[in-house]
Formats: sequence, C-alpha cells, structure tokens
Amino acid sequence: MSTLVTSASRPGAKEEQPRSVAPEKRRTGLKLGVVAVVWVVGWLLFRGHNTLATPFQQLNGLHTWINDLRDNIQASAQTNWFFHGVIGNISDFFNWLVAKLQSWVSLPAPPRPVPAIGWLGVVALLGWVGLAAAGIRWGLVVVVTVLLFGLGGFWQDGVDTLIITVISVLACMVVGLPLGIAMARRRWLSTAVTPVLDVMQTMPSFAYLSPLALIFGIGPSSAVVLTFIYALPPLVRITEHGIRSVPESTIEAAGTMGLTSTQLLRKVQLPMARRTIVVGINQCTMAALSMAVIAAFVAGPGLGQDVSNALSNLDVGTAAVAGLLIVAIAIMLDRTTTAASERRELTQGRVASVSGPGVLLMGVVLERLPRWASVDHRAARRLPSALMRRIVLSVALVPVVVCIYLSRQYLDLASFPDGWNIGTDIASKLNDFVNWFVDHVDTVTTGFKNLVTYSLLNPLQNLMANSPWWLMAVVLLGAGMVLGGWRALVSVAVCLAIILGTGLWNDAMITLTMTLVATILVMISALVLGIAMGRNRLMDLWIRPVLDTFQTIPSFVYLVPALALFGASRFTAIVAAVAYGVPIATKLVADGIRGVSETTVEAARASGITSWQMILKVQIPMARESLVLATNQGLLYVLSVVVIGGLVGGGSLGYLVVSGFSQDQLFGKGLAAGIAITALGVMLDRVARYTAARYGRA
Amino acid sequence: MTAPTIEPSRVDTAPDGDAALKVDGLWKIFGSQADKIIGTADADLSRKDLQEKSGCVMAVKDVSFDVAPGEVFVVMGLSGSGKSTLVRMLTRLIEPTAGTVFLGGEEITAADEKALRDIRRKRVGMVFQHFGLLPHRQVIDNVGFGLEVRGDDRATRRERAQEMVDLVGLSGYERSYPDQLSGGMQQRVGLARALAADPSVLLFDEPFSALDPLIRRDMQNEVIRLHHEVGKTMVFITHDLAEALKLGDRILIMRDGEVVQIGRPDEVVGAPADEYVRDFVSDVPRSHVLTLRWVMRDPRPGEGEGAPSLPADTIVREAARAVLAAEGPVRVVEGDRVVGIVDDEDILRVVVAEEHPS
Repeated sequence: MSTLVTSASRPGAKEEQPRSVAPEKRRTGLKLGVVAVVWVVGWLLFRGHNTLATPFQQLNGLHTWINDLRDNIQASAQTNWFFHGVIGNISDFFNWLVAKLQSWVSLPAPPRPVPAIGWLGVVALLGWVGLAAAGIRWGLVVVVTVLLFGLGGFWQDGVDTLIITVISVLACMVVGLPLGIAMARRRWLSTAVTPVLDVMQTMPSFAYLSPLALIFGIGPSSAVVLTFIYALPPLVRITEHGIRSVPESTIEAAGTMGLTSTQLLRKVQLPMARRTIVVGINQCTMAALSMAVIAAFVAGPGLGQDVSNALSNLDVGTAAVAGLLIVAIAIMLDRTTTAASERRELTQGRVASVSGPGVLLMGVVLERLPRWASVDHRAARRLPSALMRRIVLSVALVPVVVCIYLSRQYLDLASFPDGWNIGTDIASKLNDFVNWFVDHVDTVTTGFKNLVTYSLLNPLQNLMANSPWWLMAVVLLGAGMVLGGWRALVSVAVCLAIILGTGLWNDAMITLTMTLVATILVMISALVLGIAMGRNRLMDLWIRPVLDTFQTIPSFVYLVPALALFGASRFTAIVAAVAYGVPIATKLVADGIRGVSETTVEAARASGITSWQMILKVQIPMARESLVLATNQGLLYVLSVVVIGGLVGGGSLGYLVVSGFSQDQLFGKGLAAGIAITALGVMLDRVARYTAARYGRA
Repeated sequence: MTAPTIEPSRVDTAPDGDAALKVDGLWKIFGSQADKIIGTADADLSRKDLQEKSGCVMAVKDVSFDVAPGEVFVVMGLSGSGKSTLVRMLTRLIEPTAGTVFLGGEEITAADEKALRDIRRKRVGMVFQHFGLLPHRQVIDNVGFGLEVRGDDRATRRERAQEMVDLVGLSGYERSYPDQLSGGMQQRVGLARALAADPSVLLFDEPFSALDPLIRRDMQNEVIRLHHEVGKTMVFITHDLAEALKLGDRILIMRDGEVVQIGRPDEVVGAPADEYVRDFVSDVPRSHVLTLRWVMRDPRPGEGEGAPSLPADTIVREAARAVLAAEGPVRVVEGDRVVGIVDDEDILRVVVAEEHPS
C-alpha cells in the first residue's frame, strides 16, 4: 500500500480522466453578423424585386388543383369505396353521435319542442358526474359552470362545446391509450410513430382545419375528428412516457419473479403509470377543448362560433362573454380531471365505478387491471370509505333523477328561461366599457402599439417581405446553419422548398415576421418574470398559479381582450400571441434558473459576486438549455396564435385559411396556406431544437 | 492500512490576540422570531424540544474559537451537527443569528454589503463538497472567475489562473470543461479557484466527501502540500475523523450545534472531553496519533541515566522502533529538559492494545 501512496502523490497521475475532445470555437455571433450584413446589403440592392407577393384572389396551379381535388372528392363521395365506405361511415357515425347527444341535452328532440332532458336535469346530471369524479367541491364548480352557460345566454352552445370535447376525448382514449402502451413496449413502433407525433404537435391548430375539411367536409363530424386528431398526441406521448418511466429495477425484480410480459404490464407497469396516464388525459382534454372551439371554422357547433362571429363583427362584449364561458369550461375540466387523478391515487387499485367525463373510459381500461390492491389489509382499510362513497353517490342520484323528471315536465325547467339571461346585458356593458376605455386610455395603448410597430414590426417586415425570395432563402439557410448545424440546414431547406411550392412565399414571410416579433416580446417578458421567479421563491408562489390558469385558456380566447385593447390590426394578433406564449416560456425560464446547481450559486456568492453578475455570468449561462427550450416553445405557441390572429387583422396565412372556408374558390389557397404554416412551424421547431442540442451542453 | 502521517509543524498553543480568524458567541437558529430565543431559557432546550416548542431549528449554538495565522483548523462532526452552517456563517453566506466573526482585525459580522463582497472577493476563498463549478466555462475561466467578478483585466486573470492551474497539478487541462474531468480533478479546479484570489483564509466544506477513498487520500496529501507551499490559514470541515486527525493542527468537535471539544489531535484522542468524543475516537489507532507525552511516566530514581532521548512530541508509532531497540528505557525530552521516561512496556501497551481491543 505504501508504494501506492508515493505514486499517487504525483497530482492527477492515477485517476483516469474521461476522454475529452477540445471543442472548436464556434463564433456564432460573428457568423450571424455576417449573415445579417449580407441580408441588409442584398436588401438595399434588390429590395422590391422577386418578392413573390401575389394578389389575394390570385390562384396558382396548386390551389386550383386542390380545388378540383375537393370537387372530385365531393362528387365521388357516394361511389368511391374509400370516401363512401370508410370516411362516409366514420363521418355518419360521429354526426349521428353528436346529434343524438344534442337531442338529449341541447337541441329540441322532435316531437318535443325541447331536449329530452331539460337544463335542470343536465345541471344535476353533470354536477353528479363532477361529484363522482372529483368530490363535492368540484361537483359544485361543475354545477355553477354549467349554470353560467344559461346565465350568459349561451346554454345550447356551451353544452354543445362539452359534447364535442367529451366525444373527442373518449375517441382519443380508445385509440391513444392502447397505442401509447404498445409504443412503450415495442421500440420499433415508437420509432415509427414518434416523428409523426412530433409533426402533429408542431402543427399550429389552424393548419389542421383545411385538410380535414377536404376529407370530411364541414359539420359536426369534421369538428369531432379534428379535435380527436389534435388532442391525440399528448395522450399517446404521456402514456408511453408513464409506462416507460417505471424504474428499470422494478421491471428487473418483476422479471426475476417470472412474470410474463402481459402480467408485467397489468400488474406492474399500468398501476405504476396510472397517475401519469391521468395527467395525459388531463392534457388531452385541455387540447380537445382548445380545438373544439376552433372547430367552429369547420361548422362545429359550440361557443367557438359565437366568439368568431362576434370577433368578425368587432362585437367585443359578446365575444368576451362567450370567451369567459370557454375559460370557465377550461378551468372546470382542468381542475376536475386533476382532482380525479388525485382521488384515484387515494383509492388506488379500486377503479371507481363511475368516473367524470375525462376519465370514463379510463375506468374501463383500468378495470381489467388486477386487484393489486387486494392485498387484504389494505382493502380492508379502504372498504369503509369506498362503501361510503358509493352510498353518497347513490343517495345523490335521487335528486338528480328528480331534477331530470322535473325538467321533462315543466317548460321553464326544460329550456333555460330567457329572463335569466344576463349575458346580453353584460355584453353591452362590456362594449360600453371598451368604448370608454378606447376613448380614454387609447393614447397609452396606441403609443405602445406604435412603438412596437415602428421600431420592430415594420422594419423587420420590410426586410423580410421586401427582400427577393432567394435572398431570404439564403439568409434563413445561413442562420439555420450557423445556429443548428447541418441538420438544421437540411430542415430549413426542405421547409422553404415546401413554402415556395405553396406559392405563398410572401405571406409566409409576413407571418414569420409577426412570429419573430411576438417571440422576441415573449422572451423579454419571460426572462424578466422567469428570472424573478427563479430567484425569489415568494414571487414564484404568487405568479405560478396565475400562469397555470392562463395556460388552461384556449388560444382562441386570447384574441378577445387583444381586440378590445388594440382594435383590428397585425399588432392585435401579436399581442394575443404574446399573451398565449408568455406563461409556458416563463415557467421554463423559471425552472431553468431554479435548476442551476445550488452549490454553484453558493460558490459564486462566496467569490463576492453581485446580483447582476450572478444573473449574467452564472444563472443565464447555466440555464441556457432551458432558455432555448423556452424559445422553442414560445415560437410554436406564438405561431399558432399569430395564425389565428388572421381573424382580427393579422392577415397573411391565417386569413387565407379562414377565407378558404368562406369563399369557395379560395379553398385550395387556404389549404396551401395550412401547409405553409406547418412548414414554418416545423422549420422554427427544428432550428430551435438543433440549436438546443448544440448549445445545451458546454 | 496506510497510516495517516502527521505533519510536524504543529501549533501547540492556542492563538491569542493576533488571530487570523476569531469567532465569538456565534449562533444560528432557523425559523421566524429566531432572534428572540437567544438569552431566554429556551436557548438551553435541546434541539428537539426547541423545535417542538417554537418551530425553530437550532443549527449552531454559541460557538467560539480562534484560528492562528497559518493554522489548519478542522471542524468535525456528523451530518446535522451544524458544521456546514458554521463555515457558511464565517463569510455570511448564511447570516448568523447572533455573535461576531473577526477576520484579521475586521469584523465580518458588521460589514455592509459592499465591504462583505470585498472580503469574499479578496480575503477568503472557499472550496465546496460538490465543487460548484460553472459547466459552461473552461477550467481556466472557472479558476479565474473570482478575479473576473472583482474586475481584474483578462490578461492578469489568465496569468494568475494559469499559475493556480499549474500549482494544483491541472496543467494541460486548461481548455477542458468541468464535465470532461473526473471528480478529483474537478475538485482541483475548485481548489485552484479558491486560491486564485490569493485569500488569507481558505474555507473547505467537506471538500473530499464526494470522492473515492483513494482519490480522497491524494487530495488530502495535496492540501498538505499546498499548505506547505502557500501557508494559508485553513478552516476545514469534515465528518471523517481520520481526515481531521491527518490534516488538523487543531480539531473542533461539534455535536447538535454545540462545541464538544477543541484540541490538538493527540489531545482529542488522548483526553476525550466526554463519552461522545471517547466513543468517536475509540477506533483510532492510538499509536498513530498519541505522542510520547501521552505514554511517558515519571522516572524512578536513577532510571534512564545515559539512556538515549527522544522529543516529547514524537508520535508513538515512530518512536516504537527506537525505544524497543534501546537496551533500557528512553528519556523523553522537551528541549534540553527531561520530562519523562518510556520503556518497552509503555510503548507496547499502546500498540498491542489496539490489536486486541478490549
């Protein structure tokens, strides 16, 4: 041993060092600077040439081809085996399902002049479901929320929104849970499906509209399918994640006990992943609601129609009332599914016989679980509370049945009394207020609007949209290459080629400008808020719940206050986009700052560092990965709302998508716009992702 | 087993007036209204009782000590004993509830924010258990970080950082990033960073606990070497008794936030203050720590005349061969004065007792 001591006294001689490759210097700033100089010089020389700007009504070959395709599909809908036999049946089924549910709870069910169950019955029934899923408190919240539909004057639309959401979530669970489980167990399936999910989650919600309308036409079934497709990825993802995150050691231990792979799934993986899976259902439900609102554009029934009609008439008051009802639904669904997941934990293994809307099918799937809780003493301990619960629920059924009965007997309890409608009143008061606000506070909002418009938006748009397309392509390729390397370059090249192919280059550049400006604003706000939250626990405690609530609000609703404050303009779309993007970006920044190793922060303090030095030299550099991720998410969130902002004066691609539904001959162009939007989204996502990969580590 | 070697440069007497670091009546109680507890009867409650009564946690209770310039002062205790809190209070990374800390002549506990920052930048360096390096900076820039935040120009700090890198044996790794280095090497970076500002006091917070045993021993030897070369005052926190005995000129033993004993290694082992310390040091090979002073006896009349002599602070283990080889007993001297006598039996009592612990 003593010989070891002597040899070891040479510093670093014994301990083997990890192999290290000296990293090359990247000089990102310098290279970006070169790209910028090329851009500006090129712009000075060639501005206004080859911008590929096209008049609104002008169509190119692709657009007319899509129009023809749509006409062919519509013509062959009765004969073609695929469109008639497959799509037609799916479409008919969902139309039938929606109509059936509507006739029960929201639309007159002939020969009766009112639905089968009147409003009182519906309120009682949904309240009971809330009680069963999430307990008495959330049951009451459900009752209040549903009553608000009637009070706001949107009884039928509110209930319709719920119908579309619930049907879609159920469909998601039928498809998504088995798929997620299969993906967790089969590597090849995961490898095959994950890229598809990636693209689906990158696609802004607006881009889903046209292709779906092409195949399913417009109407309730299209709305359901749209919502289903949009809400599916999070559920599949999170289910797969939940099953995969069961610790390896647990799987190994189960393996040594000789479990078959089916037993492993049923007895170990599913029970342990259950909580995560319910989180997936929560996410799926929120995505579904958000899309169910936007589905108004393919003639889906519900509150979305009220908001979009009011927005196009610049009737902010009505839009606000309908929008607030959507927010109420969002909060209700979010909290009940969350509470349901928590309750489920308490009574683990004992699948509740009745579950809330979000977890209904979950019950069915999980019922096939082993009674792993049938470990006797546990079951014995739980029995009274489970029994109690059943008794309470059964007793609570009595008033529900009475309410349903009454609502079938009395007209006032069947259709919501008009006299109780205070929504119109509120809407007109809100309009008055907005008018007053615009008259009195206008200078502030206009000042802000002008500041951003003239200092950031106009110059950038001038640069991007007035440059020749080839110059922009070179600039974007160059920036992609410098930031994300070769893989980013390839992604950018492919996406730009697609955008060029849609014939909407100029519109895409305008949308990109708005997206970039909004993202810059998002990141500034997120940095300020996120750093404050990351450094100060109390701040975090106060701000985080607010952000959580903002995150549950469907993107569409953000347009309403933005319109109220800033009128119809490009800037309004940007404001809504910023409001939508800030919560997620802020949280990511805050988590990044909080995640900086405490020892490092302490070591820096011990070196006598000032607060600013701490932020600039330690916390921001170390949270770099989170910052890039926040930018990535910010970009995608912003893009999705900037596009919807086409409705309130945002123009460009989003407006084309909407016009595609209102003007027959623009359908092809609208779909092409959807494709361009997707290409933009994928491009931004890939560049941000590869950048993160390169800069995440040292 | 390899025996810890004891460095000969001991500071035998407790320092007085011109201490490098002077801590007086330092308290830390976590919780609201914590400052109201000191001076009341509650302060005498046990930790558990105090927590039940007021919700406050007593981390450090009335600790006082001095550290002489150039001394290696070890604070030792089990986890939860308050030692990490104590060392953080020395530069107010954690604010003390009460008490004073003097660095040189300056009262740290009275310094305003700017003065405190200045002290941290120039006069005290600290090494952390989990290194606390900046992953996005190369080794050389990690080492120069403290110089950067105090505003030194690039050339100066590069030069100084390079010196420190060479000093701790990291030459050739300047351009590496921390995660490309092993744990031991990362801690060398931490050491170099603490030394870079040329502070007069170095604080170590369990710097080697996260390292493999062999690497740990390397690093301990490294600290001993550096102490010889740069002669800094060091306050070293550890939960490892062997490490404390190996490195410390003096050792402070803490339990539940209180000082149990302060003394030289041989005092701690030879005269434990209470059962707790006795239990703690019971496994220590006494012959490796105790000096002849602890095993000698008064000479019988006429004994040891003309016998060979050994200094009183010779470690027993190192004296054993000479004593056993001698014909008779050996004289123990302090300077020229004979202070006692040891014979074979005195030595064997210590050495053999260890091999057959009763």
